[in-house]
Amino acid sequence: MALTLSRKKRISSPWGGFFFVLPSIIAVAVFVYGMIGWTLKFSLSNRTNAWSKDNSFAGLKNFTGLLEDPEFTHAFGNLMKFTVVFMFGTLLSGLIMSLLLEKGIRGEGFFRSIYLYPMAISFIAMGTSWRWLMDSARDDKGTGLNHLFHMAHLNFLQNDWYSSEKASMYAMALPAIWQMSGYVMALFLAGFRGIPDDLREAARVDGATEFKIYRHILFPQLKPTFLTVLIILGHISMKVFDLIYGIATKSYVTKVLAIYMWQVIFDFQNYAKGSAIAMVILVIIAVVVIPYLIYVNKTEEMK
Amino acid sequence: MSSDLVDRVTQSKDISRNKKKLDGVGQFWLVFRYIALTILFVIAALPIYIMVVNSVKGITGVTQSAAFLPPSHLNFGAWGPTWKVLREPMQRTLFFVLQSSIISAIVGSINGFVFAKWKFKGSTFIFTLFLFGMFIPYQAIMIPLTQFNHWAGIGGTIYVLVVAHVIYGIPICTLIFRNYYAAIPNELIEAARVDGAGMVRIFRTIILPLSIPGFVVVLIWQFTSAWNDFLFAIFLTGGSPKLAVATTALNFITGSGNQVYYGNNMTASLIVSIPTLLVYMFLGRYFLRGLLSGSLKG
Repeated sequence: MALTLSRKKRISSPWGGFFFVLPSIIAVAVFVYGMIGWTLKFSLSNRTNAWSKDNSFAGLKNFTGLLEDPEFTHAFGNLMKFTVVFMFGTLLSGLIMSLLLEKGIRGEGFFRSIYLYPMAISFIAMGTSWRWLMDSARDDKGTGLNHLFHMAHLNFLQNDWYSSEKASMYAMALPAIWQMSGYVMALFLAGFRGIPDDLREAARVDGATEFKIYRHILFPQLKPTFLTVLIILGHISMKVFDLIYGIATKSYVTKVLAIYMWQVIFDFQNYAKGSAIAMVILVIIAVVVIPYLIYVNKTEEMK
Repeated sequence: MSSDLVDRVTQSKDISRNKKKLDGVGQFWLVFRYIALTILFVIAALPIYIMVVNSVKGITGVTQSAAFLPPSHLNFGAWGPTWKVLREPMQRTLFFVLQSSIISAIVGSINGFVFAKWKFKGSTFIFTLFLFGMFIPYQAIMIPLTQFNHWAGIGGTIYVLVVAHVIYGIPICTLIFRNYYAAIPNELIEAARVDGAGMVRIFRTIILPLSIPGFVVVLIWQFTSAWNDFLFAIFLTGGSPKLAVATTALNFITGSGNQVYYGNNMTASLIVSIPTLLVYMFLGRYFLRGLLSGSLKG
C-alpha cells in the first residue's frame, strides 16, 4: 500500500513534466544557445581563412572590421531599405485584404485561399517566375512586367527592377510582399473576428460612421495583432535569404547581410568574419524579440 | 486557443444579412470590394499562372513576348527531361522530410502537453527560452552545426537535414501543440488524476486520442517548411549533387547560366512546388492553423 502510494506520488509530481521535456531542453540548450555561444566565440577569433585553425582571441577586431568594410555597410543599407518597404507594404496590403473580407462576402473562402497560397511555395521555385516578371529588358525586347507595360502604352512604368542601381531593394520587396500579405491578412481576420459584434452595433446605434467605427473602436482593439505582425515581419526581413538568392543569387545590388554572410563563409572561407555578420543579425533580432517574448510571457501568466 | 483562431478566420459572417436590400451606397461598396478583391486575385495568382502556362509550351516553345498567353496547344515536352533530373532529389527530399516531420510531431506533442497541462516550476520560463529559438537567424548556428555533423559522423549524409529540421523545429512544434492542448479542459485531466492516473497514462489515454488534428497541423507545417527549406539544405550539404534535395536541385537547374531556358525552368519550378501545393489545396485549413498558432498571440 505504502509502495503504491509513493509511486503515485512520484509520477504525478509536477517534476515528471520536467523529465518528459528534458531531451528537448538539452537539445535546445546545446543546439540553440550553445551553438550561438560557439558562433560568438568564432566571431571573436582570428580564424579568417580556410587554412587557419587559429582560434585565438581577437577581441572585437572582426566587428570593428565590418564597420570599415564597404560591402558590409552596403549590404546593411540594402537590408534596411528592403525592411522598410517590405514591412510597410505587407502590413498595408494584408490589412487591405482583411478589410475587404472581414464583414463576410460571397466567395470569401476562394479569395482567402488564393491570397494565402504563396506561403506554401518555396522561394527558389517562385524566384523563377519573379525573375522573369522583373526582367530589366525594355520595349520590344521586354519580358514580364516591362512587356506588359509596353503593350499597355504605359512605357514610363518600365524599369530595371531588381537590377537597378538605386531601386533594386524596393523591387526585391515586391515578391516578399506578395508572399507574406496573405499571412498578415489571416492574422488581421482573426483579430477582427475576435471583436464582439456588439461593439460595432452599439457604435452604429450611437450614430458613428463606419470610418469612425474602424478608427476609434476596431483598430484600438487590434493593437496586439499589429504588434505580432510587426515582430513576425521584422524578424523574417532581417533573415531574408532564399527570396533574394532565388531571384538574383549573389548580385551586388541586392546583397543583404544573410547573402553576404554566405559569401564570406563559402567563397572566402572567413569563418570569423562570417560569424561576426551572423551575430550582427542575431543581435538586431534579439533586441526586438526578447522584450516581446517577456511581454508575451507576462500576459500569459496573468491568464 | 488556436482552434478558435482558425474558426474565427474561416467563419464567414452571416452572409444572409448582406442579402437584405442594399441602398445605393451599400451597392457601390459591394461592387468596389469585388473589384478590389479581383485585382488582388490577379496579382496573387500571376506568378503561378505564368509557371503553369509556360510549363506546357515545350522546351523551346516559350517566346518571351507571348509568355503571358496560354499555349495554342498543350506540349508536355519539357516535363520528361526535367522530371528525369528532379526525380532523385525529390525522392531524397520526401525521404528525409517524412522522417523529420514525424519525429518533430512526436516531440512537439510531448513538449506541448507538459507546457500546457503538466507545468513544473519554471516551465513558463523554459518555454520562453524555447520560443526564442524560433526567431534566431540560422546563420548564427550554421558553422557549429556543420562541425557537430562531422563530429557525430553524419556529415555527408541526408541525416544532417533530419537532425536540423527536428531540432530547430522543436520551438514551433511545441508552440503549436501547446496552443492546441490549452483548449482541452483541465477538468478532464483533474478527473483522471483523482482516479489515480499518472502523467504518462493521462498523456496516452486522454491527450493522444484528442491529438489527431494537432498532429496533422504539425506534420504539414514541418513537411512544408522542410520541403521548401533552402538555407539548411545549401549550408549543410554544401551544394553536393549527391545530397541534392528539391530546392537545391532546382536552384542548380535554374541557376545563373540557364536563365534563358524559361520553358525548362518554369516546368522544374512547378514540379518542385506540386507536393506542397497539393498539401495546401487539400489541407489548407490545417496549414492556416499552423500559421496562426505560430504567431504566439491568441
